[in-house]
Amino acid sequence: MAFFFEVLIGGLLSGVMYSLVALGFVLIYKASGVFNFAQGAMVYFAALTFAGIIDMGVPIPLAFLGAFVVMIALGVATERIVLRPLVNQPQITLFMATIGLTFFVEGLAQIAWGASTRRIDLGIQDEPIPWILDNMNMVVSSFDLTAAAIAGVLVAVLAAFFQYTKIGRALRAVADDHQAALSIGIPLQHIWGIIWSVAGFVALVAGMLWGARNGAQFALTFVALKALPVLILGGFTSVLGAIVGGLIIGSTEKLAEVFIGPMVGGGIENWFPYVLALFFLLVRPEGLFGEKHIDRV
Amino acid sequence: MSKMKKTLAVLLASSALLAAAPAVQAQANDQFVSLLSYRVGPYGNNGISLFGGWIDYMNLVNAKGGVNGVKLSWEECETEYNNARGVECYERLKGKSPTKGTMIHPVSTGISYSLLDKTLADKVPLVMIGYGRTDAIDGRYFPYAFPLVTTYQMQASAMLKFIAQRDGKKETADLKGKKIAFVYHDSAFGKEPIEVLRAEAGLNKFELVEIPVAHPGIEQTAQWQQVRQHKPDYVIFWGWGAMNSAGLQAAQKVGFPREKMIGVWWSGAEEDTVPAGPGAKGYIAANFGVTGKDVPVIKEIMKTVYGSGKGNMKDQSKVGSVLHARGVLHGIITVEAIRTAQAKFGKRVMTGEEIQWGLEHLKIDQKRLAELGAAGMMPDTTVTCSDHEGSGRVMFQQWDGTKWNKISEYIEGNRKLVRQLLDASAKKYAEEKKITPRDCAAVDAGAPAKAAAKKK
Repeated sequence: MAFFFEVLIGGLLSGVMYSLVALGFVLIYKASGVFNFAQGAMVYFAALTFAGIIDMGVPIPLAFLGAFVVMIALGVATERIVLRPLVNQPQITLFMATIGLTFFVEGLAQIAWGASTRRIDLGIQDEPIPWILDNMNMVVSSFDLTAAAIAGVLVAVLAAFFQYTKIGRALRAVADDHQAALSIGIPLQHIWGIIWSVAGFVALVAGMLWGARNGAQFALTFVALKALPVLILGGFTSVLGAIVGGLIIGSTEKLAEVFIGPMVGGGIENWFPYVLALFFLLVRPEGLFGEKHIDRV
Repeated sequence: MSKMKKTLAVLLASSALLAAAPAVQAQANDQFVSLLSYRVGPYGNNGISLFGGWIDYMNLVNAKGGVNGVKLSWEECETEYNNARGVECYERLKGKSPTKGTMIHPVSTGISYSLLDKTLADKVPLVMIGYGRTDAIDGRYFPYAFPLVTTYQMQASAMLKFIAQRDGKKETADLKGKKIAFVYHDSAFGKEPIEVLRAEAGLNKFELVEIPVAHPGIEQTAQWQQVRQHKPDYVIFWGWGAMNSAGLQAAQKVGFPREKMIGVWWSGAEEDTVPAGPGAKGYIAANFGVTGKDVPVIKEIMKTVYGSGKGNMKDQSKVGSVLHARGVLHGIITVEAIRTAQAKFGKRVMTGEEIQWGLEHLKIDQKRLAELGAAGMMPDTTVTCSDHEGSGRVMFQQWDGTKWNKISEYIEGNRKLVRQLLDASAKKYAEEKKITPRDCAAVDAGAPAKAAAKKK
């Protein structure tokens, strides 16, 4: 039984890491209705930039600040060059633009910092916590717990930002209807610039944690694939949904891999979450916490 | 037209002009080598050092006058480790010289499979050093394919013998009653040694636990929890790219001792261990031979190539690293095959057919390696028509937290068992393709190079 709980807890903590990536998607979708295909590339770019600045001998807090400034610049440039000319265009056009942005950001990251893997050492050990191992015979990583705590703080800050600040209210208005928001004087471009910068910040936190575990490397672009079922399950517009979706996806995929995988030859954790997400699509298309869309006929 | 639109128009026009610019054609008196490289994308991290080492060696050879006076030239084509791009690159570079690229090293098992038939039709040798289609060691059916040095199967078998020796025993049979977990990349590359591992487990009465890791393997919590559940005596780790550092971190996370983890030689480079930090200390991996800046040929590259500003590696700290040294070996084998062919056909540019003969009569022993400044960098290798592998041996190295250290002599796996399995696979392929086997006894005895397999 202890092993079952170990897998469950490990899955929940892995799910938090997926949630961090999913949050970036949610932010942009909330503000612009755009599914930002480039979020995985942004995680990679942010991680590589952070690691690259550290490699120049800059202390971690300053490197984080420097990488954040770069992510703001990327967010603002994306709004100016890619999104602004496409205001009021169909959503599919904006989606296609983010596909193009993906390849550009991946290439830019490699031109700027090289394709080599860079190590990120945050000083947090990815080792079992001895007390839990000794007393409960369960492996729980101190790194995973720290990542979960960081994700929790991030979600709380984002929720407060959306709910209680003027910019947050403007963001929600823009998400609801671009033209209506413009008509009451909300500067759409300004809001988009802010939201892309916030998504850049979230990408930086996700990239920093994923990079600390695996190194800042190209494969981080694939973490976006882990976030997709999280979004389908949690809903594209809910910050809380991203967290709950991550927890459900993380835990079920690990339990499935460990307990069902051996019966079917293993290697099922990549597709199992998608099967689960498809099932949710059938019964609740807007996701667990997504907004139900009703059209007046 | 706005200023931004004008700028974009200029940029687009410049790009179009650049794309339309004629590609540089190889000189007719150069031995042109096609390089299907990958320096960006998911495996770019590994490709940078490997192709850097290879080009560094070719620059060294050119600096010393070429191969018997014949200069080497080359062009890289970026595959991003993608099969479709690999085929496209092969076709593109094939037309760059009359020799159709001399020989092709796909540096990817997937691209190797995609190019098998094409290279046979074009009579361009397909060289796969430590990867690729392994049943091609049977030159009777695969005249133009060379899985050189050591196949995955021989390596896996040698790993078992190494594990037995590490436990103070002698032979794989001494593993009786042990439990070995095989954590592998769930792809053709990762599945290649399963058959031989299962056969060895049956023969030697140890338990084999197979744990696949889905591509790209950046999240391995579940797999390593299974390792913890099974409590194996050793883990054979068969990864590539991002999977390697993630696996080492995950092993640390569940507290599995890295000293009991034995990696394939594509999991044993600085690119795998450095990002894993302290999590990699003690980890063991297979390799071709010694590496490092103290190897004479590496020293010569530093002095001659980097000294004259022609070095390929931007990050010179990686010169002499595992993958850079492997790139140098790719260069050595390429050049020695050309040299062997020249000894028979004359000191000029060699064709694909002549290189095929050179490869099939390739002999690189420690004496020759010492002359090249590369003693100990690879096992003695003697290729024949019936043995396109040439060696079948492997050594082991251990990561001490900062560098790799050699910890074993060359170890050979169960040749009889592996050959039996690979011969059966080659025969099955030949039956499907209706290939008449060559008479290797005649070829090895010195029959003309044209005695290649033909379709019925």
